[in-house]
Amino acid sequence: MVESDKTIKGIKFGILSPEMIRKISVTAVVTPEVYDENGIPIEGGVMDPRLGVIEPGQRCATCGNTLAQCPGHFGHLELAKPIIHIGYVRHIFMLLKTTCHSCNRVKIPEEDVLRYRDLYRRLRNRWPQLASSLIEFIRQKASKALECPHCGSRQFKIRLEKPATFIEEGGRGKLYPDVIKQWLSNIPNTDLEILGIDPEVARPEWMIINVLAIPPIAVRPSIVLETGMRAEDDLTHKLVDIIRANEKLKEALNSGAPEIILEDLWELLQYHVMTYIDNELPGVPVAKRRSGMPLKTLSQRLKGKEGRFRGNLSGKRVDYSARTVISPDPNLGINEVGVPYEVAMTLTVPEYVTQWNLDKMREYVLNGPYRWPGANYVIDPSGRRLDLRYVKDLKALAESLKPGYIVERHLVNGDIVMFNRQPSLHRMSIMVHRVRVLPGKTFRLHLAVCPPYNADFDGDEMNLHVPQTVEARAEAEELLLVEKHILTPRYGGPIIGGIQDYISGGYLLTLKSTLLTKDQVSDLLATIDYLGEIPEPAILSPVEAWTGKQIFSLLLPEDFNFIGETRLSSGNLKCSSDECFWDTLLLVKKGRILAGVIDKTVIGSQQPKSMMHYLIMDKGVEVGAEFMNKAFKLFLRYIEMVGFTMTLDNVKPDERALEESAKVISDSYGEVQKLIDMYRAGQLEPVPGRTLSETLEIRILDVLARARDDAGSASIKYMSLTNPVYIMARTGARGGNLNITQMSVVLGQQSVRGERIWRGYRGRVLSHYKYGDLSPKAKGFVESSFYRGLTPLEVFFHSAGGREGLVDTAVRTSQSGYMQRRLINALQDLYIEYDMSVRSLYGELVQFKYGEDSVDPKKTAFGKAVDIDRIIVKNVGWRMSV
Amino acid sequence: MSDKKKRIEEKILEHELVPKHELLTREEALGVLRELGIRPEQLPWIRASDPIAKLLGAKPGDIIRIVRKSPTAGTSVAYRFVVVG
Ligand SMILES: [Mg+2]
Ligand SMILES: [Zn+2]
Ligand SMILES: [Zn+2]
Repeated sequence: MVESDKTIKGIKFGILSPEMIRKISVTAVVTPEVYDENGIPIEGGVMDPRLGVIEPGQRCATCGNTLAQCPGHFGHLELAKPIIHIGYVRHIFMLLKTTCHSCNRVKIPEEDVLRYRDLYRRLRNRWPQLASSLIEFIRQKASKALECPHCGSRQFKIRLEKPATFIEEGGRGKLYPDVIKQWLSNIPNTDLEILGIDPEVARPEWMIINVLAIPPIAVRPSIVLETGMRAEDDLTHKLVDIIRANEKLKEALNSGAPEIILEDLWELLQYHVMTYIDNELPGVPVAKRRSGMPLKTLSQRLKGKEGRFRGNLSGKRVDYSARTVISPDPNLGINEVGVPYEVAMTLTVPEYVTQWNLDKMREYVLNGPYRWPGANYVIDPSGRRLDLRYVKDLKALAESLKPGYIVERHLVNGDIVMFNRQPSLHRMSIMVHRVRVLPGKTFRLHLAVCPPYNADFDGDEMNLHVPQTVEARAEAEELLLVEKHILTPRYGGPIIGGIQDYISGGYLLTLKSTLLTKDQVSDLLATIDYLGEIPEPAILSPVEAWTGKQIFSLLLPEDFNFIGETRLSSGNLKCSSDECFWDTLLLVKKGRILAGVIDKTVIGSQQPKSMMHYLIMDKGVEVGAEFMNKAFKLFLRYIEMVGFTMTLDNVKPDERALEESAKVISDSYGEVQKLIDMYRAGQLEPVPGRTLSETLEIRILDVLARARDDAGSASIKYMSLTNPVYIMARTGARGGNLNITQMSVVLGQQSVRGERIWRGYRGRVLSHYKYGDLSPKAKGFVESSFYRGLTPLEVFFHSAGGREGLVDTAVRTSQSGYMQRRLINALQDLYIEYDMSVRSLYGELVQFKYGEDSVDPKKTAFGKAVDIDRIIVKNVGWRMSV
Repeated sequence: MSDKKKRIEEKILEHELVPKHELLTREEALGVLRELGIRPEQLPWIRASDPIAKLLGAKPGDIIRIVRKSPTAGTSVAYRFVVVG
């Protein structure tokens, strides 16, 4: 392959001149006929063989190349009358407004023309923005002139009638394309320059087409259907339309048809050429196929999400990738991904045969493409690619392998791949995992990496990509490996960490009351492949027993110290010193939990300043990842041992709770009634800036919200400490007090747009209520709980509130998606220079110092230079109070 | 411009939320550009008609230094290139 040593310095766009179109054309298209009765393309038609090869094996009639080599060749069509190119209407309009209809000069005095030109040339390169505002100023000035400064003739107002008709008001009336072309071609080059047009590459008369370029067939290939019928591309259809309209116009011209007929035919040709270029013009009927489908013409090929730019250039489909449904696997490490055999046997990694891996490579080749771990292709030193599906004697091929060969082997355990879930909103959306080939048809991932991907398993799919070179693999692994993204630059804390059952399990294991027998300890330690000594039992008699805290402590580094309040430390269980009874202050000294339990604030994901965060900061992400792998397995094993679930009874409200909450609710109804009475009597004091009725609504909403919270806390008060629902809420594993309240006591006020629900009938929501009823229940207060069940009317209100939630999320995702697109497009090329400044590709300074302080949020103590408190705890391991 | 409006504009610099702005001398400006390794127009721009620029008497082509208080970095320094407008 010959490589050119030329580099592209820039790209300049221009307009093809008629001369240029004729020059690049290999044939004039003269007939609307495409194929003869034998199905052979007609010479001089739009499928003329000289326009390029279409069938493999053929040789090009123009360049003599085969399908792969022939670039395709343009033809041309001589139009009977000139046509306005719809893409340039705005430019033509500008030129007609700024130049004289009589002498065709720009309507700027001669001396100014030269002055502006010199100014423009000076500004052009260094001050492009100023240059363009100068151009804008000149255009404004020129179009305002009432009299030509060159020839003195009076100027007419030009009007553009969409899409492409120009009217000279008070002058010649409608300006026909040939008149306009004449006008434009008279504008001198110097005048064009100060109007912002480079006459070298874009003479304005070229904006009126009299020769149409016919694109090569490769651009508009025809497809043969199963029936043997030939289906032509939309562009070919449109070209045929143009040629036919052109023929008719030509005939009419030759036969001296009346003016009206001529004009109609000219209009028709204009229409066809217009829709050939853009079929979504406002005010122009859309050109359709026989099936009624709008034709996809030139501009439709480029525009929009699926268009050439966004669909094929900025983003494209890639090889060496896979996509399937994801499912969880707690037995994997956080750095791993489970890959189905089927995928592993399709995706390949090219591996160079060396004397050290020769045996391994022979084994792969011997296994062939249908047995894992095998290989799909072998590339011999001459570059020939052997498809192992068609190699008869794999054994012989395996024997002949020697250094210099490349084996495209299946994906094997330990290979590194990039794993991705859309929408890829932040950098943790694509991370590198190590492959574990597993049975099944889904990708498997560790539950702790769900938060960064924002993944769940209700049918989510993910993509997988295999880097193909050593360099790519090294780079991907260094930058993207999961454990290197445990800490997020968003807030500096761990985004990967414990969720749901990991938290419940951790809590149950480290409870003060958890005692484990030797059998249980052995079971737990075996699941995490613990190889050290079993510690001294905490209780020696009557049977040896270990505490959960002891077992968990085996995973912590021996010199790790931590002290911090847990999530449970609140209300009457608050602990703020290490002599506290409630066991809610986590105390870790020399790698042992002395007091406290594990909950969300200790090992949870998205919890900065947690024990896990400091563990990772002290010991590094590798230790952090290993800790998570082991600890989470331990927690799950324990939760399996003791069993953890919830039943209906767990949300059944206590008798006392029911009584208290009923009282709270009925009290609030009384309060609401009082407000309504005051409102009716005109005694309600309005909130500043609100009307009286708005004030009433705000007050009622406030009273009812408080009532629900109070009813909730009244009932939660009576919940057992061993109630799994309560445990989950308190430890932060899943759900909160609101969820418990709604399940067991009262659902509360349903709202649409932050208001009580009032839409429906006049003055009432449903016909079940009296006109003007302002009471809680008439406007969507649901006093039932999910446990008790909702009344039909309550279900109605609840679904109204629920619908709003769904609509909101749908709207929000589309809006934030668009915002993301705009931000990425604006920011993607910024980089940090070695002097820590943020610069654009053109060397413009964006920030003088990255983030003002050039600090990586992942490596800072929350904005401070040093975190003295942490340093004391880390080294002394002790502080009397938090 | 009314007297009242003028007085308000003069007080801009004294406002606590307005960071310190100063006009660089030619030598200082050249030093800054050399240090950053850029041409003046590659700095962020400020219009000569900006109240602060007017107050400092900055002309197009000048460079203004802004010293801000920063909660994380103590102080942070930025520059603006004055352009017509
Ligand atoms: Mg989902
Ligand atoms: Zn060819
Ligand atoms: Zn004139």
